[in-house]
Amino acid sequence: METLINKLRTAAPKAAMLMAIAAGSALQSCTKSDGGNAGGATAEALSSDAASKVYVAPGKHDELYSFLSGGFNGQVSVYGLPSGRLLKIIPVFSQHAENGYGYNEETKAMLQTSHGFVPWDDLHHPKLSRANGTTDGRWLFVNGNNTPRVARIDLKTFETVEIMEIPNSAGNHCSPYPTNNNEYVIAGTRFSVPLDMKGSTGDVALDKYEEEFRGSISFIKVDKENGDMDLDFQVLVPGFDYDLANGGKGPSEDWVFFTTYNSEKSGTLKEIGASQNDKDYLAAINWKLAAKYAKEGKLHEMPANYYHNKLDKNTHTAKSTVKKKVRYLLPEECPGMMYLLPAPKSPHGIDVDPSGEFMVVSGKLASAIPVFSFAKMQDAIKNKKFDGEKNGIPVLKYESVLKGEVKEPGLGPLHTEFDGKGNAYTSMFVSSEVVKWKLNELKVVDRIPVYYSVGHLMIPGGDTKEPHGKYLVAMNKITKDRYLPTGPELAHSAQLIDISGEKMKMLLDFPTVAEPHYAQAIIASKVAPNSVKFHKLDENKHPGAAKKESEANVTRKGNKVIVKMTSIRSHFTPDNIEGVQVGDTVLFHVTNLEQDWDVPHGFAVMGANTSETLIMPGATQTLKWVPKKAGVYPMYCTDFCSALHQEMQGYVRVSPKGSNVPIKFSTGKKKQNIPGVASTK
Amino acid sequence: MKAIHRVLMIVAALSLGLLFMFPMWKIYLKAPQYPEGLEMHIWVNKISGSSESVLQNFNILNHYIGMEPIHAESFAELKFMPYIVIAFMITGVLVALIGKRNLAGIWAGLLMGAGAAGILDFYLWLVRFGTNLSPEAPIKVPGMTYIPPLLGHKTLLNFEALSLPALGSAGIFLAIVFSILAFYLSYRSAKKKTIETPVHLAA
Repeated sequence: METLINKLRTAAPKAAMLMAIAAGSALQSCTKSDGGNAGGATAEALSSDAASKVYVAPGKHDELYSFLSGGFNGQVSVYGLPSGRLLKIIPVFSQHAENGYGYNEETKAMLQTSHGFVPWDDLHHPKLSRANGTTDGRWLFVNGNNTPRVARIDLKTFETVEIMEIPNSAGNHCSPYPTNNNEYVIAGTRFSVPLDMKGSTGDVALDKYEEEFRGSISFIKVDKENGDMDLDFQVLVPGFDYDLANGGKGPSEDWVFFTTYNSEKSGTLKEIGASQNDKDYLAAINWKLAAKYAKEGKLHEMPANYYHNKLDKNTHTAKSTVKKKVRYLLPEECPGMMYLLPAPKSPHGIDVDPSGEFMVVSGKLASAIPVFSFAKMQDAIKNKKFDGEKNGIPVLKYESVLKGEVKEPGLGPLHTEFDGKGNAYTSMFVSSEVVKWKLNELKVVDRIPVYYSVGHLMIPGGDTKEPHGKYLVAMNKITKDRYLPTGPELAHSAQLIDISGEKMKMLLDFPTVAEPHYAQAIIASKVAPNSVKFHKLDENKHPGAAKKESEANVTRKGNKVIVKMTSIRSHFTPDNIEGVQVGDTVLFHVTNLEQDWDVPHGFAVMGANTSETLIMPGATQTLKWVPKKAGVYPMYCTDFCSALHQEMQGYVRVSPKGSNVPIKFSTGKKKQNIPGVASTK
Repeated sequence: MKAIHRVLMIVAALSLGLLFMFPMWKIYLKAPQYPEGLEMHIWVNKISGSSESVLQNFNILNHYIGMEPIHAESFAELKFMPYIVIAFMITGVLVALIGKRNLAGIWAGLLMGAGAAGILDFYLWLVRFGTNLSPEAPIKVPGMTYIPPLLGHKTLLNFEALSLPALGSAGIFLAIVFSILAFYLSYRSAKKKTIETPVHLAA
């Protein structure tokens, strides 16, 4: 008996090792020898002074803002770095009951699409706006994957101010990539689809993938002053899957690079079908030339149907416009605009180093990381070192554009960012680590385990000309035993790594909201000084605004009851309303008269089939309510505003339909001073 | 009055112009919820503060204890005080032109009187706002009044109040100093003249 146990004991690790090798070799023929810390060796991996490096004393501010995408929650979360403190959640593609985004009358239009109201999306990639190839702290662009959309967040208010639907696209994953001065924000389709060239996808048999399906890459113009987006044109590209993109810099700044997979053009069981070719492509598009071709009349036009939703600053109200046309270029008609560079098997990340010379392609199924040289690419184009063409697009010879490969980097390389000191850092999904390597020598110099299965990693400005090479954030998909268990659904995590020295050091580990795919970070001083404290009441142009208490009123128009209401610490005007009838549509336009920082008021009424709405000082927001039964309905302020917040409430009397109770409204009894200020003027 | 005394007198008259450029008095409030502080600035012709909406914010805070809302329109002083100041400036220049020493003395005296009256008026307003509290105030602390300090520091519930004269008041102060100086120096030089003049005594 004892010997059997002993035998098992000796055999078990071997068996485990065998299985690990088997699993590894399924993806890559070689495994790394210097495994470093086995998983979970937290104490060893953590540097001794980590706590002091991430400690931001109470009342002190973080050094950086970071913006983590929320993935399937459709939001962006803002964390301070290095503390990892959550500062805010910005709703973008999802309704947000916390502040009424997508629920109140002002913001519903933000979520309108050609498919109707879509109150959710899968938000993957935040990208900060740029000036001269560095982040300028004005706007954050983000993509909606599922129902293709690109949104813009204004970093003065940390609000979503614009959402544009992308036509001829499906799975807007390869998006949104700003050029060095936001000339364009570029969005590529992940799914190719059969375009009917009339603004929709065609009703096509699914086995016609090869002949009928096409991809599209959209070039969205960004207004220099106010950031407004406008879809300038699209480039219709071969029917691959377009995965990720990044813009060039310096010598390569006219170019944008896209990874593609499924060059096999498989329409089913893609995990096998799209993994057959030994090489897929890195697509390179000269956006300046594309813009030139567009100007020179190479454009075609087709009917389209897509929504463009914009928030007006002065009315705090979103409006939708439906666009009916889209212009497009065909690469086969535009010589020199687009090339394909062969890249090992289903590449995922494409990242361009700060100098703009190296394009790093992380092939998740590849055993090495190929690094392409922009100078060589220019040379190959000049000397026509082509390896045939695909759909009229020249394919460059792999060897002619390759600088070299990083050998044995780890398993499952996904994304690379740079520290501006000649080092690159690549996330390894399968071997769950971050690998540091020298850009020039293509040699691995350090590796650090992360817990577990890192997707994107982010160095503040690590995708720009000027990285802030002090920190790296790894965003992990799996946390398992890392935190106290919370049932089957666990938080994802972000890990902060110190990259200021030779060796990477783990500093901090914090749970994140939903699934952060990618993130951006920026020095706080580029954003904080512009942060709006409150909206000026004088500039409020909302048609339902009551700018002082004497302007508050209740009027009936047919079966619509319009309440122009004010809120100020600590009462609503009016707070007693009578004359509402069952079945009426009651619109509460609530104006927050406060003109001070951090004094929002909330508004909710019993039984309303919507969320509360949160009103920032100086703004007006509208809650719609259709009472279904006669009775008296309380309403109240939902944001703890003052010592008398609990008293900030009122009543609406609802009478049966056709009742003769007249519209009446008041605050406080007559001949009695209402405590407080009667007006703001 | 010599030329120099006339110049002094003109400077005195012009220093009152500071009243139109800077507030006379500032009241600073600080509370845990207002780390950035709230400042009310009292001018000769208006009330302003550290931000555009400071009066509204003062009033919101004050209404819990039943204090009457402060509106610039409630103070008739803000309407007629500028005229008094302008009158002082004009008469000051006239005194310099006429060059009568005693007029300078009277002018200084009147200005001091007006300044004292202003401070008294300000204090009476503080008392009125601090004690004339609505019986319906949500917060009532038995025996508590809320007279802000006229000068210096005082704790009022959760607020630290600090009240200090500001640059505008320096205008009055300088006007008084210069006019007294003009008066005194011309008095001295007149006296000197008398002494220097040979006096023939009766034998």
